[in-house]
Amino acid sequence: MKILVCISNVPDTTTKIKFAEGNTSIDTTGIQWVINPWDELSLTRALELKDDATSGVKSVTVVHVGTASSEPTIRKALAIGADDAIRVNAESSDAWFVAAQIAEVAKKEQFDIIICGIESSDFNGSAVGGMISEFLGIPSVSAVSSLKIENGQPVMTREIDGGKEVVNVQAPFVAIVQKGIAKEPRIAAMRGIMMARTKPVKLMEPLAIEPLTQIIEFEKPTPRAACKYIDADNPAQLIDLLQNEAKVI
Amino acid sequence: MSVLVYTENWEGKFKKLSFELVSYASGVAKMLNTTVTAVSIGKVEDNELKRLGNCGANKIINIINDQLITLDNQAYASVISDISKKENATVIIISNNNTGKAIAPRLSVRLKAGVGSGVSRLPLNINPFTVYKRTYSGNAFAHLVIKSDVKILTLAQNSFDLIETANNASIENLNVSVDGSLVKTSVKDVQKQSGKILLTDADIVVSGGRGMKSPDNWPPLVELATLLGAATACSRPVSDEGWRPHEEHTGQTGKIIAPNLYIAVGISGATQHLAGISSSKFIVAINSDKDAPIFQAAQYGIVGDAMKIIPKLVSAVKEIRK
Ligand SMILES: Cc1cc2nc3c(=O)[nH]c(=O)nc-3n(C[C@H](O)[C@H](O)[C@H](O)COP(=O)(O)OP(=O)(O)OC[C@H]3O[C@@H](n4cnc5c(N)ncnc54)[C@H](O)[C@@H]3O)c2cc1C
Ligand SMILES: Nc1ncnc2c1ncn2[C@@H]1O[C@H](COP(=O)(O)O)[C@@H](O)[C@H]1O
Repeated sequence: MKILVCISNVPDTTTKIKFAEGNTSIDTTGIQWVINPWDELSLTRALELKDDATSGVKSVTVVHVGTASSEPTIRKALAIGADDAIRVNAESSDAWFVAAQIAEVAKKEQFDIIICGIESSDFNGSAVGGMISEFLGIPSVSAVSSLKIENGQPVMTREIDGGKEVVNVQAPFVAIVQKGIAKEPRIAAMRGIMMARTKPVKLMEPLAIEPLTQIIEFEKPTPRAACKYIDADNPAQLIDLLQNEAKVI
Repeated sequence: MSVLVYTENWEGKFKKLSFELVSYASGVAKMLNTTVTAVSIGKVEDNELKRLGNCGANKIINIINDQLITLDNQAYASVISDISKKENATVIIISNNNTGKAIAPRLSVRLKAGVGSGVSRLPLNINPFTVYKRTYSGNAFAHLVIKSDVKILTLAQNSFDLIETANNASIENLNVSVDGSLVKTSVKDVQKQSGKILLTDADIVVSGGRGMKSPDNWPPLVELATLLGAATACSRPVSDEGWRPHEEHTGQTGKIIAPNLYIAVGISGATQHLAGISSSKFIVAINSDKDAPIFQAAQYGIVGDAMKIIPKLVSAVKEIRK
């Protein structure tokens, strides 16, 4: 079995977001770029499956749609343990564009399991994984918190409102993963970092596809009223304010 | 032309979010000078369906089909896209919950429709069609232009007030045939949490962090939540430590919630935590450190020891509930 892990390159989660060019783009100066947290976990899970000889997983490939500036993120994925990488050399303009490119990669290379995160921490689209599956006409299971392979058959647990469901599906399919998929992201060891330098990164030119959406402006979240402090000796006043001022209880 | 809204039901009942969706759809339809068609899949009582009408649906399509009892993303997307074509829908509105996130992108590819996910507020403009959407995990909001003829919006929960007035919508029971070859997933087992207020449904959430010190200190916090009709939540280290169940973890890598009131007890307010709760209408912070970043996000704060404060809050709530 071959697994494809889709990785997105995002600002470190503690980044203070600032805007540039009249609020039409993000000011990237000083930003530390990392693998999207979900994708780091899905890569970890894919590698755990590969380590387990009974799973039948033979290789883990990562794919990224982005420009040369995201090379360090790809190298990091290789250092963590991916066997090889594919980069579609294009600006990741919107989910539709990205998913169409990855679907094209998947058509050429034939993977059994494609894994995406439930959302990227920059665009918060929750869209790429589902779009890839529809472009390929294969099933997708979303909000997956556990992915196992038992007797050659994929078994997933997905989160539903107020519960969990165990879902069976035939490969090939797309798993859209969330919390629980792996405990801690795997960290690159020295050996991995050395080996990553020699691992292949295949460069592909993008299909000519028009994005369907475009961000024209960014705004900061609406500022909130300053905090009103209540005396620690009189917490009852808080309940009074919540009842009579905020009117939320 | 019409606005189509998919209203999910849970064992035959709608939730507040279903009605919010229809109210939102009705707002969008007014901007476009058109009508709202609501689609419901699965057995739902007529009086529940009528309430969709009261929230602004002009027409309700009710689908019952045995192949659609559990969610198969592909089959659901196929059924909803067929109806949206029949209804000549130009805007399709779905919740930004797990189900919506599973269906919307598949629908997008079927209809070549751009997706605006996690929108709040009505569209900023209809020409070009521009929505207001969460990005950078709540640290920025984008004006997103959707250029395709058909647009799909997933609405953030608790971001639009539901408006209800008596209205007589038509209800159409529709038989659809589902191409069996599209149903490729099967559900083997279901585990439901019972009796608890679900975190994603709750209007009020009481949440504890590492400042609670030990799982043994939770009972007063749970009592406060019960008195307020609130759900309980926690920060990531708390669920990682196994002090509280994983379903309660809120934040960037946990649940993203938007209750009316979020009470954070012994939580420092790391950006990754705020990413999951920053859309709450009101945030209360209770923390012994006056410089904890959570106070910057909060509208009400108490600087002090949670162990002493929570029991006093419990008594105060009991007092007003007398
Ligand atoms: C990629 C990534 C993703 C992450 N995702 C999440 C996420 O989804 N959710 C999340 O929560 N975290 C997440 N984190 C972790 C996050 O960075 C913080 O470490 C975490 O939120 C801290 O949890 P806390 O506030 O409970 O603990 P702490 O930061 O240890 O804060 C404890 C607080 O309790 C206060 N306190 C101590 N004693 C008392 C007392 N007696 N009474 C009142 N207050 C007291 C202290 O002053 C302090 O402010 C993530 C981190 C990374 C790197
Ligand atoms: N540029 C990209 N290259 C590769 N994978 C991506 C890219 N953008 C998003 N993804 C994948 O799609 C998931 C969801 O992203 P989004 O739809 O933007 O929320 C991410 O967790 C990644 O797995």
